[in-house]
Parts: sequence; structure tokens; C-alpha cells
Amino acid sequence: MITLALSKGRIFDESLPLLAAAGIETLDDPDSSRKLILRTSRSDLRLLIVRAPDVPTYVQYGASELGIAGKDVLLEHGGEGLYQPLDLGIASCRMVVAVPEGFDYSGAVRQGARLRVATKYMQTAREHFAAKGVHVDLIRLYGSMELAPLVGLADAIVDLVSSGDTLRANRLHAVEEIRPISARLIVNQAALKLKRDAIEPLLDQFTKAAATHA
Amino acid sequence: MRNWLLPEKFEDILPPQAQRIDRMRAKLLELFRVHGYQLVIPPMLEYLESLLTGTGHDLDLRTFKLVDQLSGRMMGVRADIAPQVARIDAHLLNRKGVTRLCYAGSVLLTRSRGLDSTREPLQIGAEIYGHPGIESDLEIQQLLVESLAACGISGARLDVGHVAVFRAICRHGGVGAELESELYEALEGKDLPALSVVTQSMPKATRNALLALPELYGDGTVLERARRALPKYPEIDAALKDLEALSRSGSIPVSVDLADLRGYHYHSGVVFAAYAPGVANAVALGGRYDEVGKAFGRARPATGFSTDLRDLARTAPHEAEAAAILAPYSNDEGLATAIRKLRAAGEVVVVGLPGHAAEGVEPDCDRELVERGGEWTVRKLGKS
Repeated sequence: MITLALSKGRIFDESLPLLAAAGIETLDDPDSSRKLILRTSRSDLRLLIVRAPDVPTYVQYGASELGIAGKDVLLEHGGEGLYQPLDLGIASCRMVVAVPEGFDYSGAVRQGARLRVATKYMQTAREHFAAKGVHVDLIRLYGSMELAPLVGLADAIVDLVSSGDTLRANRLHAVEEIRPISARLIVNQAALKLKRDAIEPLLDQFTKAAATHA
Repeated sequence: MRNWLLPEKFEDILPPQAQRIDRMRAKLLELFRVHGYQLVIPPMLEYLESLLTGTGHDLDLRTFKLVDQLSGRMMGVRADIAPQVARIDAHLLNRKGVTRLCYAGSVLLTRSRGLDSTREPLQIGAEIYGHPGIESDLEIQQLLVESLAACGISGARLDVGHVAVFRAICRHGGVGAELESELYEALEGKDLPALSVVTQSMPKATRNALLALPELYGDGTVLERARRALPKYPEIDAALKDLEALSRSGSIPVSVDLADLRGYHYHSGVVFAAYAPGVANAVALGGRYDEVGKAFGRARPATGFSTDLRDLARTAPHEAEAAAILAPYSNDEGLATAIRKLRAAGEVVVVGLPGHAAEGVEPDCDRELVERGGEWTVRKLGKS
């Protein structure tokens, strides 16, 4: 039995066509059934519904052989014990630095000011500003980052942006792209060695499905 | 504050697990001994310079450090015994020919290596010094397989790789040190998307070779694919020959992974990783590291493997512990003789101390010694 962990919402919705292209249909609907382990049309494959940041943890510990996780989550996690061989090209967005309209970001950076940055992505933000040589105080938030600069909690935010609507609605704009983000297929390292016969065909199917999808 | 709590990832090993671990340790050391490996016991602490020479940054970060009150110098608690044994081979024994050494002991880690793993592994391992050829790698591989078998671990498989492949591609492609470490990280995670970004501006031959590496894993047929996909450098040719020899031998399934660069910073040739069902990390690691002795003034070819006894004990099937025999408390000469005989035969005999009969005895007893017509005999407990 092979288990694939993924999160509800955008990743799950955009994974369904890929799974279908690989010949896999889900037999349970996660929204109506409230089940956390979903059966599929293949008796040797089941899906595990977990919170997005937990996906790499399940796969790393081998509780799940495969997983689908955003690159944003993988960067925060560090990727220890994981293979991430395939960019699925789904759930695409950008990791950016955004500031309120009227804030002179490049001026503040040039001057060497110490910035207060609110984010959910501590690791990514820390590495990005360290590479730029900018001093920052990071403020850990769990959501609605756009609010922080508006109420004076932070000068800038590091967040994921897909359409940019939320930024615009809160009168923020992106001043720097840190990196493009999309979802990856991840594999437990020991599982790939021990259950290669079961996992390798799945990897090939996903590779094909992702190529036609893109 | 409950002051009997232990720091994170440190644990007491309790009965019966402690007994199991000790038995396994004895079994493995005996296996090493009959293969001609001599036991050494290096100290827990050393000056940092000798502990960390030639081992890489990762081990430095994992080493607990303290100041020696006698000399004022910085000392470290060993986080790996293998470099200590290399030092012993290079300096103290100073033998000309082949030296086989083995060791077993606790090491401390500031940060644990695996996931469920402890910060105090019980490392046990064997090393061959002074032989540069594949024959010694094969001997180590065979010893690793036999060690797993001796511990009763079934369904294990061995994964072999060779750091010379990646090294040759980087050297011929003129890849700088900084880029090399980025490539290393991407290869370790089989991160093809990152790899294709990092290699974008490289010469085509180098780029194609690097992009092929993450896909070059699997059974022996990988080597055929590798010969076609990789450039014809003599180092790569030699490495693939070595891997062919390793993948053909052995009584357990062997697979090849050319992107497995574990310990790349100090390994110089083949690398092994053994996996067992139900364990999310490798249960034993090893490989060739010809450069380590150099830091101690004598470069000696070296190859070996090590494993954590706690991991093995957790993975191996549990043998049932034999139940004990309960003896009454008495000054009877005949009883003393009977107890002595039973203990000499390996039985556990527990004397019930007066006044505690109601609480039961540990370990569990299933039999008892009783007097029958002047003779002490063993019978099932609970019969009257």
C-alpha cells in the first residue's frame, strides 16, 4: 500500500486532474465525507488529507511514502530526508516582499535601515534578507499578513501572491520577487529504496501527467 | 520543574531493551573478531583539532564542546568514532600493511541525525586501513550484510553509490566550490527542478551529466544506463566498475544510486547505506575515505561502516527473554549447590528475600526450586 499525503484546498483541487491523468480517481470526497484517509480507484494507493505545512513531516517520517507540497512549505521545512524530484506545475504563485504604497523600500535598504518584516515564512525571509545583507526583525504571523503594515506592526511583509488582488485591496504592492513557487511531488528517501517497484511507476505517471498538463 | 526529566532526545535504556542491546553488541564484536578486526577503545573527549580534522563542517556543528580545565584548550565530545580510529591507525599503530580495527561506544550529538533518533547513539563499526582496492570495499560490504543478519534483521537492502562520479563531473566541467555545494544539495534531494536552474549556464556535457544523475538509481541495470548517459572520463569508468562488483555480490538485494552523496565531504570512493523495512532512515552507513588519515600526517586508504546499536535493537525482532527460577531464602547447603548448578547452565535464579513475597519478584519467574525428599528440584510455579 502506497500513501500520498496532500492538503485540502488549492493543492487538492489542482492535483485531481493530474491524478486523473495518471489513472487515479478518488472514491471519497474530502469535503462531504470528512474522512482523512481517502480511498482511490487503485486498491494499492490511498490519499491522506493533512494540513499543508504537515505534508513534508508525514513524508519525512515515512508515515506517507509520497506527498504533494508547495515549494514554500518545503523551503520552511528544509527538506531533510526527502526527495523532491518533480515540479508538478500546479498551485503556482510567487513569494514576494510587499510594502504599503508610499513606503520607500529601496531607499530604506540602501540606507541600511533595520526593517520590521511580518511573515509566515520565517526561514525563507531570513535567508532572503541575509543574502541581501539587510538587517531585519522578523515578526511571526499565522495569516492575514497584509494587515501588519497597515496597523504599524511591520514595515514590509513576505508572503505568497498569486493574482495580487489581496495586496491591491489593502493598498500594498510587491517590490521584490523572492522566487516563483509551485507544488512538488515529494518522496520519502528510504521508501524509494525499499518500495521502488511500487513507487517508480507512479513517479513516471506523474511525470507524464505533469508534462501534458503544462 | 521536574528535575528527574532528561534533556531532549536523551533516554535511559531500560530492561529488557538494555539486555538486548548488550547482547547485540557482544554478537557484533565477536563477528568482527573472528574476521580479524581488533577492538580499540578511544576516549570520550579529545582536543577539538584532532577530533575534527578532515571531517567536514557538519560534524563540527554536531560536536559538544567544552574547555579543558588543565590546558585551557578547547575539547570536544566525540560525535563520531571513525575519525578517532583513523587517528589511531595513522599515529599510534603505524603499521605498514593492512590494519583491521573495530570499535563500539557512545557518541554525543548536539543535533540528532535522523528523525526519531537519539542524541546519544551507540556507535559500532569496523574499518580497514591500508588497502586502496575494491577488494577491501567488498569485504566491508560483506561484513555489513553479515552484521545485519547476525542481528536478525530481515528484508534489508543495500544501496551503493560512488562520490567520484559527481567529483569527476565537477572537476572536468570546471565547477567552482560554491556552485558545487549548491549542486550537492540539489542532488541529495533529487531536486531536478533546482538542478536544472543551477546548471543553466554550464557547458552542455557537464549539464547533461548532472541532470542525468538523479535518475540513475535502481538495480544493476542502472550501470548500463549510466555508461551511456555519463561522459567517458576514466574516473567515472573506474567508479562504475567498482559499483558493478559491489552490486553483483552479497546475499541481500543491492541497488545503485549515483546521486547519493552522503558524507561527500570526507568520503572519496564508494558509499553504502543499508535500509530495513519500517525504518525511515538508513540503519547502517559506510564507505571509503582515503584522505582522512592525511590530516594526522599519514594518508592511508580506508574503508568501513558503522551503525547505531539502538536503531538495530529497535528494528530487529525481539527474542523472548527466558523466565527465571524462584528459589526460597534458606541456608540449606543442598539448595546452594542446586542454585550454583542452574546458574552455571545459564538459568536465571532469583532468591526470594524474606518479607517481600506478596509483591512478586522481578524478573518474571515461571518455575521454582522445591525440596522433595532431600533433593532440590525445579517445577512449574504455582503448583502445590
